[in-house]
Amino acid sequence: MSSDGNKKQFWKRNAAKVPGSIQHVYGAQHPPFDPLLHANLIKAGNKPPPATPGKPKKATTFQEFESITSDAWDVGDDDDELLAMAAQNLNIEVVMETANKVIENHSKQQERQRQDDTTEPGQGEEDAQEEVAAEELEEEEEDEYLRVEEVEAISPDASFASQSSPYADSRLVKSHSEAPIGSPRDAAGERAGLHRQRSLPHRPPVIPLVARMADQNTSGTPAMTEREASRLDKFKQLLAGPNTDLEELRKLSWSGIPRQVRPIAWKLLSGYLPANAERRESVLQRKRQEYFGFIQQYYDSRNDEHHQDTYRQIHIDIPRMSPENLVLQPKVTEIHIDIPRTNPLIPLFQQASVQEIFERILFIWAIRHPASGYVQGINDLVTPFFVVFVFEYIEEEVENFDVSSLQEEALRNIEADSFWCMSKLLDGIQDNYTFAQPGIQRKVKALEELVSRIDESVHRHMQQYEVEYLQFAFRWMNNLLMRELPLRCTIRLWDTYQAEPEGFSHFHLYVCAAFLVRWRKEILEERDFQGLMILLQNLPTMHWGNEEVSVLLAEAYRLKFAFADAPNHYKR
Amino acid sequence: MGSDEAYNFVFKVVLIGESGVGKSNLLSRFTKNEFNHDSRTTIGVEFSTRTVQLNGFYIKAQIWDTAGLERYRAITSAYYRGAVGALLVYDITKHLTYESVERWLKELYDHADPHIVVMLVGNKTDLESERSVPTEEAKDFAEKKGLLFLETSALQSTNVEAAFNKVLEEIHKKVNSKEVVRGSINAVTLNSSRAESQEEEKKPCCKNI
Repeated sequence: MSSDGNKKQFWKRNAAKVPGSIQHVYGAQHPPFDPLLHANLIKAGNKPPPATPGKPKKATTFQEFESITSDAWDVGDDDDELLAMAAQNLNIEVVMETANKVIENHSKQQERQRQDDTTEPGQGEEDAQEEVAAEELEEEEEDEYLRVEEVEAISPDASFASQSSPYADSRLVKSHSEAPIGSPRDAAGERAGLHRQRSLPHRPPVIPLVARMADQNTSGTPAMTEREASRLDKFKQLLAGPNTDLEELRKLSWSGIPRQVRPIAWKLLSGYLPANAERRESVLQRKRQEYFGFIQQYYDSRNDEHHQDTYRQIHIDIPRMSPENLVLQPKVTEIHIDIPRTNPLIPLFQQASVQEIFERILFIWAIRHPASGYVQGINDLVTPFFVVFVFEYIEEEVENFDVSSLQEEALRNIEADSFWCMSKLLDGIQDNYTFAQPGIQRKVKALEELVSRIDESVHRHMQQYEVEYLQFAFRWMNNLLMRELPLRCTIRLWDTYQAEPEGFSHFHLYVCAAFLVRWRKEILEERDFQGLMILLQNLPTMHWGNEEVSVLLAEAYRLKFAFADAPNHYKR
Repeated sequence: MGSDEAYNFVFKVVLIGESGVGKSNLLSRFTKNEFNHDSRTTIGVEFSTRTVQLNGFYIKAQIWDTAGLERYRAITSAYYRGAVGALLVYDITKHLTYESVERWLKELYDHADPHIVVMLVGNKTDLESERSVPTEEAKDFAEKKGLLFLETSALQSTNVEAAFNKVLEEIHKKVNSKEVVRGSINAVTLNSSRAESQEEEKKPCCKNI
């Protein structure tokens, strides 16, 4: 291997797991790169084709490529090496899994669109039920789960059936999205979907945010598809054994965890539950007891002088928590959407018992982590665990849910489990919250550098209008994008974060980069500092669901591999 | 798209004060005429604008709302840069928030332009019955320190416009009377030090009406 210059060292040549392919960065006028095509060609023993299949001369192609695109790296004379690397498999399965899911959801949407167009209101409902019924027959043991799905099938359909199909949007929107960026003709390709929904979708006024929350799917397809059912099956098999294969679990979880098994999957992935099934009960007991012990030990001291400030701050913050920020977007490109200001989840968070739970969790954590203490934003990080673990116990819709209907013991266990899982999460990112928050400063800097490489136009645009990354991305790092996304998206995101090594600290960076660049059109349209800031602090994601997150994750994954061995400052 | 309104000046104003005193609602009341009982805690910095007309000039108030908690100050200190006005907010029902005012002032003067226009704001006058900071006391303190002073209620919308407008007015006076350096395109800075003429590669913040 060559040894001249930093440029060469930039790319590790002899890695077992080779970083990904030469993907077209934003601005490229080429069709999406197909890794499968590449891989197959390599297997056939051919010299890897040019990154842009169809073009004859590799060298010319690359020069063109270079001149047209904002390159994330300098290709130079490394064509062959890079192409060789490019031909290696990404974790194809994972990527295709994600892509397939995206395609699947879209086909479902198209299906639904066609149905809605041709059928009367109410028939859509029946169709969904038929689908569900059909699957029920297939898997008897799936019964209870499908029933839950069915219940969910009814409500969103009821609200949508009477309205024009809300999901024609994705295609309407496609045509708006004038992508100067390679516009995906087909839904295929793991990156294609990233540009699909540019403008705000045309949605009906009533959005079952809460009903969809656990399910994360904003498309009106509640019935479990065959694929989903088979995934659930795989999970259940994996979880059934005496010793859960955590590596397998991670692989599966990366593309999303079915809600039925999410509570246990999360507990396993976070390391809270042992892989060995026999030990689980005893470990749970022990950890829960330990937590209750902390409460006995510390909680009464919350009004003591040295703990007062901590407790007081927590006490102020908790009642102000609401998982979704349903503020009317200041800039709605297409249509003004009237969104209910009240958040159905607020009642959950306004129940005294829930507030006390959060206060305890946060207070105990803060006391035991004096290096950081309590930092505003940490409170948000308890929410996904709490909500996911609560959902293990309920079947009805969460807005009707009264926590006091839970057994006290169940609630205590949920509290303890949330505490421990949150602790584990924070362990990986503690320097985000220590004095001066160096972790965040570092990450924001890394984000800036990453974006400068993957999308020079956007980066220059920010520079031109003097928008500092810290001004908007601080919150992205401090709250792990929870303030920018609906809770259901966060929950889906955390499936992947917990499957990834150092997902919350390392992978999150790439997700942020993908997230920022996903709005490039809107960003480039803003021609002054004010407009940019307001846009960046109010990105229109309130309708986002599984699909959008999947696309985001696929893109982040691609970025991560492109920079897997980049200089260290990208890594943390 | 951005803002299509024309404006003559951009004044950067920061809202500071303890957590929970009502900074975010003062901001939303002024810029959007909204008040939210359940407003979430501000993380890092949030930003909003409003253009007002003063003495025939269009002034864009660029308002920065900062988190109140100690922890953030290492980050937020960067935000004082270029600020020409500040509203130092406390909660009239929570004496502790008033007691921190000195500390906030110190931080302000440590990081911001020494000529920054500061107004002390006692918020939540709608909760008169729970008042724990006497108006006179705060008023005297403000006078002593050379600060403007008003009591407001973001909830009832009392004096919110007055507070911001007063600050903007005072800034404008200073801008007119002193030598002004057009620093960045984001804000006018009050810099009484010799204006090293900025070879204006940057766009001036004045627009033609």
